[in-house]
Amino acid sequence: MGSAQAPIGACVPSSASAVPATVPSRHSVFVRVTHWITTLCFFVLLVTGIEILVSHPRFYWGETGNVLTTPLFQLPIPSSRALVPTGYGYVLPDQNGWSRALHFQVAWLAVLTGLVYGICGLFTGHFWKNLLPSKADLSWRELLNTLASHLRFERPTGAEAMSYNLLQRLAYLFVIFVLFPLIIWTGLAMSPAFVSAVPASVTLLGGRQSARTIHFFASLALVLFLLVHVAMVLLAGFGSRTGAMITGRMGTHKERT
Amino acid sequence: MTDLSRRKMILTGLAATAGVSGLGVAARLAEKYGLVPPDHGGIYGPGETLTYAAQRLLTRHSLAREFSPSQISKRPFANEISPLSDDFKRLQAGRFADWQLSVDGMVDRPASFSLAQLKSYPSRSHITELACEEGWSYIAEWTGVPLSHVLNLVGIRPQARYVAYFSIDPDWWDSMDMADALHPQTFLAYGMNGEDLAVGNGGPLRMRLPRQLGYKNVKFITRLTVTDNLRGFGKGLGSAAPEAGYAWYAGI
Repeated sequence: MGSAQAPIGACVPSSASAVPATVPSRHSVFVRVTHWITTLCFFVLLVTGIEILVSHPRFYWGETGNVLTTPLFQLPIPSSRALVPTGYGYVLPDQNGWSRALHFQVAWLAVLTGLVYGICGLFTGHFWKNLLPSKADLSWRELLNTLASHLRFERPTGAEAMSYNLLQRLAYLFVIFVLFPLIIWTGLAMSPAFVSAVPASVTLLGGRQSARTIHFFASLALVLFLLVHVAMVLLAGFGSRTGAMITGRMGTHKERT
Repeated sequence: MTDLSRRKMILTGLAATAGVSGLGVAARLAEKYGLVPPDHGGIYGPGETLTYAAQRLLTRHSLAREFSPSQISKRPFANEISPLSDDFKRLQAGRFADWQLSVDGMVDRPASFSLAQLKSYPSRSHITELACEEGWSYIAEWTGVPLSHVLNLVGIRPQARYVAYFSIDPDWWDSMDMADALHPQTFLAYGMNGEDLAVGNGGPLRMRLPRQLGYKNVKFITRLTVTDNLRGFGKGLGSAAPEAGYAWYAGI
């Protein structure tokens, strides 16, 4: 892993950073701020999303679907609606109203945060410098190397610890440029008013119920990413990595490498 | 204090002032162009307002998707309804011959229409999807008289901004803005899939606006009121939905 990538904070103009020039910054200000706002948004969207889902824990493919049609699959959970046949003898309390309101309000915050992140990322070269793997790194051999060092639970040291490795880069790129846009798109495709203005947003997905099903799987993929992401942070050193995402600096004396 | 930090402070101050006054101007403009929903107060107000304003700007004249007859759902699902009142049962026993729709408020000629009268006006149909906020949906062919036709008959006054609509079920009422009220796909629907609208689906008369979710499509309509503000209705939030925790605007 001999690539000489710039430290992750290198894209920040020095005047905008409180970090002395001798201590390289791992994460720039906009990355840190948007990271934590997105984290907060994700938890709220997840909880409210589950609450909304509970009112109809069945999934369909195509344009339409209801309790009189055959589902693609049904989650083995109780529902907050009496007319949904779940096999459970009880009905959960209805939390759909505030869940929907909060879901959409926080979706606005998440999308606006994403917009700020996207603009700053383009403007500072963050995507090219820190996320896009270099040509030399983008090989099966490099991928296997990184995978092997992950499986051996090796912690990166020195310059390596200051930049994202290949697996990280690919995972972050996938989340930022595939899963996030997909979950926004499939969310909008469930809005009857939005699709009246942009019909292709739902027809391209195969219909309203397909959009809902894809929205569900995209959220599952994001939860999976979150679990792996947190596990990796724990393995790499929770204090130093979380601290770096808050202050921008890697705690040198606390680094357990 | 160095020049740099002073300049920074002045710039920050200017930016903050511009931001606050910008928000103020935006709020005035939003109010003027009818982009603020009646349930804009409370902790979810910012989200409701952003959604309503954005979608109203985007969809003022857009048409809900229409489907081919082959896509009509074989088994449309009729959601739960409250127990029917004695009044309703009496009207039902008379095959709804005495069902009346009254129209009042900011209109030149307040009037009352029987079902037969409504059916005598040019009927329109569209094959559209009814989507419930819970997640399920079905496609049906809806037949009725465009709401705009009835509004033209009674003559709405220029200051009209909303049409409130009421069910025979006193707990269920709602309202829509004029963009929806005058929209060509907004029907007072009395037919579904070529037959009289079944009671379970809202018969004999249901408000049908396909650009909003199911709960906005109130069943058993008996009265319309044209108004310029919704403060005098219920708790002043625009419909029964916000009083139960749901959004007034249901385009999402």
